[in-house]
Amino acid sequence: MAETLVPAGQEELEAQETHLRHHFATPEQQTDAATLGMWTFLITEVLFFGGMFTAYAIYRTMYPGAFASTSEFMDVRLGGANTAVLICSSLTMALAVRAAQLSRRKDLIRFLILTMIFGTVFLVIKGIEYHAKWVEYKVPGFRFTYEPSYYFHHAQILFSLYFYMTGMHAIHMVVGLGLLTYLVIQAWRGIFHARYFAPVEMIGLYWHFVDIVWIFLFPLLYLIGHKR
Amino acid sequence: MSAHEVAIPKVKTLVLVWAALICFTALTTWVASFEFGEWNIVIALLIAVTKASLVVWIFMGVRHVTTLTRLFVVAGLVWLFIMILLTASDYKTRNWTYQAQPWANNPAHGLSR
Repeated sequence: MAETLVPAGQEELEAQETHLRHHFATPEQQTDAATLGMWTFLITEVLFFGGMFTAYAIYRTMYPGAFASTSEFMDVRLGGANTAVLICSSLTMALAVRAAQLSRRKDLIRFLILTMIFGTVFLVIKGIEYHAKWVEYKVPGFRFTYEPSYYFHHAQILFSLYFYMTGMHAIHMVVGLGLLTYLVIQAWRGIFHARYFAPVEMIGLYWHFVDIVWIFLFPLLYLIGHKR
Repeated sequence: MSAHEVAIPKVKTLVLVWAALICFTALTTWVASFEFGEWNIVIALLIAVTKASLVVWIFMGVRHVTTLTRLFVVAGLVWLFIMILLTASDYKTRNWTYQAQPWANNPAHGLSR
């Protein structure tokens, strides 16, 4: 298309600055729509994880003894440390959104990278735990062993749920790290400022949601029959 | 709604929420080492719901979103509740089919034919 010779008007400049799409009246309306859309997506995520939580609730009611006995094989220290790591990452994510709102580009990049570091630490700790489960023959279907032997079958249900739930959660973390990488690149290019930070805010919502899933997973998987 | 002017959270608020979340994590781990029977899970879930509420309300900024978005958030929780409640009531009542009208042939009820 040929370049226009007409100088851009105030309105056009503003639309450019706020990345306003033509089907929205104002940047505020655009942000409200994005927020609503993101929450709609998060609700489908709530129900997706909710299905697994429901399965957990049913089986736990059916086999409370077997479920409680599995706590012996859960590392509460590592699980608790991971909970703290995720909470820290949520704080840095919230601070990143704040930095974007205040047009502080360097702070934004710093907090986004910090969030990514916490996210990676979480995955590394998770990997250590998975390795321990493998070594202890606690992966259902792979030479699974269990003492007491009368819990053999029912304990496998819990370990299946453990790997489904923490596995799906870990995949969400990996996706989150990918999204954060995209944000860092965009922030580096100076895309975000006080009048345009919706992507930071929306990916922040996703990150906090993943944190909330873990907030429920930790007590349900690690502290069932936790006794000193 | 207030979404029309960006509400920037105070650093102090965010750090306080973070501190509360860390404290609740320590609390839930500590409480789990005691034997309260059925109440252990209730306490654990109450703490988890409190933590999740803090994240939703402050970190996710639901205190500043439009009423419509808030309605969606609540609707999501209602659907989750329906899923868990109906599935649980199904499993809880499945055995009832095999002992329908337990009084029918039971002399103890004085209604045996």
